Amino acid sequence: MSASNMSDPTFLRGLTQRRFGRRDALRLSGLAGLGGALAACGVQGQGTQAPASAEPDAVAKFWNGKVKNGTLNFAGWPLYMDPKRPELKKFTAKTGIKVNYQEVIQEMGPWFAKVQPQLSAGQSIGFDLMVITNSFQFTQFRDSGFLAPLDHAQLPNYAKNAGAAYKKEAFDPGNAYSIPYASGMTGIAYDESKTGKIESLADLWTNPKLKGKVGMFSDIQELGNFGLMKIGVDPAKSTEDDWEKAAEELKKQKDDGFVRNYYDQSYIEALGSGEVWATQAWSGDIFQKNLSDNTDFKFIIPSEGGTIWTDNFTIPITAKNPVDAIMAMDFFYEVANASSLAEYINYVCPVPAAQADMRARAAKLSGDAKDALLDVADSKLVYPTQAEYDKLHYYVAFEATSEQQKFQKTFEPIVLG
Amino acid sequence: MNRVKRQIAPYLLVLPGGIWLLIFFAVPMFAMLSLSLQEGDIVHGYRFTGHWQTYTEAISAYQEQIIRSLIYGVIATILLIAIAFPMAYWIAFYGGRRKGSYLFLVLLPFFVSFVLRTISWKQILTDEGPVLQPLRDLGLISQAFHILGTPYAVILGLVYNFLPFMVLPIYVALERIDPRVVEAARDLYANPATTFRKVIFPLALPGVFAGVLMTFIPASSDFVNSEVLGSSDTTMIGQVIQTQFLENSDYPTASALSFVLMLVLLIGVFSYARILGTEDVMKVAAR
Repeated sequence: MSASNMSDPTFLRGLTQRRFGRRDALRLSGLAGLGGALAACGVQGQGTQAPASAEPDAVAKFWNGKVKNGTLNFAGWPLYMDPKRPELKKFTAKTGIKVNYQEVIQEMGPWFAKVQPQLSAGQSIGFDLMVITNSFQFTQFRDSGFLAPLDHAQLPNYAKNAGAAYKKEAFDPGNAYSIPYASGMTGIAYDESKTGKIESLADLWTNPKLKGKVGMFSDIQELGNFGLMKIGVDPAKSTEDDWEKAAEELKKQKDDGFVRNYYDQSYIEALGSGEVWATQAWSGDIFQKNLSDNTDFKFIIPSEGGTIWTDNFTIPITAKNPVDAIMAMDFFYEVANASSLAEYINYVCPVPAAQADMRARAAKLSGDAKDALLDVADSKLVYPTQAEYDKLHYYVAFEATSEQQKFQKTFEPIVLG
Repeated sequence: MNRVKRQIAPYLLVLPGGIWLLIFFAVPMFAMLSLSLQEGDIVHGYRFTGHWQTYTEAISAYQEQIIRSLIYGVIATILLIAIAFPMAYWIAFYGGRRKGSYLFLVLLPFFVSFVLRTISWKQILTDEGPVLQPLRDLGLISQAFHILGTPYAVILGLVYNFLPFMVLPIYVALERIDPRVVEAARDLYANPATTFRKVIFPLALPGVFAGVLMTFIPASSDFVNSEVLGSSDTTMIGQVIQTQFLENSDYPTASALSFVLMLVLLIGVFSYARILGTEDVMKVAAR
């Protein structure tokens, strides 16, 4: 803010005045080069035409000659593992592999944007294992050829212990590139003391008590899904026509003054502070919020249905320690480890046998610790029953990037207003 | 020999700044210009096709947000002048020995992260927070009344966050005013109001101009305040650009919007300079 003494105007003029036709020279040489240079600044892509299923020998090609190196760089999400990292310590004790776990992923979009340049240049991103959601970006990662094909021969615990639903994910047929880390449901969370009982999506559109007090997600996919389910369409089977209709339905909800705002992870605070009384919500968050802040928010899967999403272990194609990574993946499918992870994060555990393990562990405890663990073991948000699964829909699985862009363009105007 | 040296010296002096500009401004700008004219998608890559239609499409899709951002920027800047001028005036003329401490107080908020401070406003202004709940309990505001998510909250955030950038340049301008000039005005029987209008304010104008540059441009392109304090009805163009870049990986649209925003801001600033008179702009540049 202090005024600069250097920039005497006459001095400045001396520097910039057109004296030797310097600019002309630049202009001449510049113009000729301009077109070529503009074109040279391209952004590399790695897309292949039929990426959904790997070539038959891709697995062998990738894994051939790869050995355990004793190091693992693991990219995870905040609050997605016990801060004391008991599972990772156990893993190190068992295998001798040192784990460098970092909570570097906060949102899928920015994460993809961050690692895309390195991956498309064939460089390491510094991580051997990353947990990514089955969102738009999962397809982008896969179709760009950024994910290593998994050698299922090295995943015996996954084969043995994963629940049936976690072996046939629509976004990754045959789990060629990913296996689940944890799943979660998207439903409605609400403050019963203010709203009374809420059972359906229709409440978020018409219940007069909720006018101006509804929170929706700003995530395009989550928002679109709710619009689709509101008009009675299963997102996984939806067509472009359905998207248009769902967008109109969501627009109506906004125009009728029901929506207070479109939130990212901050919806929890908005619910906690009374800014919204009912909101789109992720299952584990509400369980944790109630536990840590002693609140009593309800979480329901609306009668029209909710969605289930999955965060997945994946190995970046440029990983330096892929064998260590796949060993860690399989390690989390040992029942005891799956159970202890789920106990902390409270999201849906892909290993059904972990429920019995939790109950068995709870039986050995007493008092509050026992009750707390039993709460988790009995929670339908961690171990959904068949009745819950029946109400849950999968995301739209986009076949082409253009389809996904269409989806985004259809729903985005609602959020960006 | 000396003559040659004298001729070269200015070029050598401008070299560090020039290289800096080239590497950190010209090259990225050029890459962005190229990007804005490319077509494709993130999976298959973007290729240069000279597809200028991205500009027209982006403008027609997001003109509302561009205009909204400018309106918020202008309102915030006017409020900033109205708030910062008296502050700077008081510090410059009545600050006495404690001027330094007062300026330090103005800068003190910078010791806490910008985003954190904005988030704390969210907590203050929230529906059942310390401001609105008591008013609601007293029946002074209706159940549905709220501040968060409205343009008021966003503009409040902008004004709050950019205040020091307006106070400091105005302070510098006022501080330079020779007290004898003011005394002379009084000697010539100007009352305080006239002195202010005819002497002090014109002399402070370069500071106001600098302050406007330092607040209007970042305020109009800001995306944090609207993101944290606003709602989907207050989306500013900075948020759109950020979404296009990071969420959608739609680099051409994001780059095109960045250029449009830059152009609009440049036009705004230059017409402002024009109205104010280039004389004053040069004065600012000369300081």
